Amino acid sequence: MKRILAFLPIGIAVILGGFLLWGLNPDRDPNEIPSVLISQPVPAFDLPPVEGLDTPGLSSTDLAENDGSAPIVVNVFASWCVPCRAEHAVLTRMVREDGIRLMGINYKDKPQDARKWLDDLGNPYERIGSDLDGRAGIEWGISGVPETFVIDGAGTVVFRFVGPVLGDEAIGKLRTALEQARRNRAGETS
Amino acid sequence: MIRKMLIAVLTLAALLSQPAFAVEPDEMLDDPVLEERARAISKQVRCVVCQNQDIDSSNAGVARDLRILVRERLVAGDTDQEVLDFLVARYGDYVLFKPPFKPSTYVLWAAPFVILSIGGIAIALVLAQNARRYRNAARQTPETPVKEPNA
Repeated sequence: MKRILAFLPIGIAVILGGFLLWGLNPDRDPNEIPSVLISQPVPAFDLPPVEGLDTPGLSSTDLAENDGSAPIVVNVFASWCVPCRAEHAVLTRMVREDGIRLMGINYKDKPQDARKWLDDLGNPYERIGSDLDGRAGIEWGISGVPETFVIDGAGTVVFRFVGPVLGDEAIGKLRTALEQARRNRAGETS
Repeated sequence: MIRKMLIAVLTLAALLSQPAFAVEPDEMLDDPVLEERARAISKQVRCVVCQNQDIDSSNAGVARDLRILVRERLVAGDTDQEVLDFLVARYGDYVLFKPPFKPSTYVLWAAPFVILSIGGIAIALVLAQNARRYRNAARQTPETPVKEPNA
């Protein structure tokens, strides 16, 4: 008993040290908000198209009842959001090269601004829902724009990315999630 | 005369002024009871953009949206708990300033008490040991040949 007690301070020091080391990890982001949507079905929402734009609107049924041929990426964007502008090129390229289906939620944006933005930069989106009052944004639990979600063939949210998908690390994370979405589909059919 | 007027104006200003609130007049409900409940709920909900502020005092766009949403739910007849559950379903426990007591947070809630009791046990052990040593020493005193005053 005495001997065990003698080792107690070392034990406590090791546990405390481990905890502090975990806190020092530079990869740990204490500001990261865990998403409750992961592994959940897409939230219920129904958005009209952006006024004056030919691209159809977006609702949860469009995401839930997909044939699973390609993973779906839902991107929340706005013309007033500067990082979205930079991200736009990355997403456009991924539509071309990674075979994703890109859906947009135009968050709290004036239709004319959104139209102009898409005219200037191109429109890689298959569907765009116009979320004027930000209600769909709340359903998705977003804290700002841009945010990007990956949906698998079963209409389940696989991944959430907060902030612009820029740089190798972010793109890598998104690609990993796309792989997972494809695997989910494969697992279902087999 | 001027002084009197000045005092009157200042008193009036002090009476009329209120602390600056983020809640704007157009958000407020006509029913003071519901409004009071909405304020109470808003104080428990974290603003997801400005993370250490509650939505009641935040000027962020999302905070305003959530305040309006809270009021809508209350008007629709939700209980306070239902409103909070609605928000937690979308934003997770993270939006609550007070984390719920459930398996994943047992450690969080219990840790202060566990640490306190470890400290308490440690103090008790040390004190008990000291007391024993003191008693032993006291018992040994007559046997040990110390300098007695009459020696």
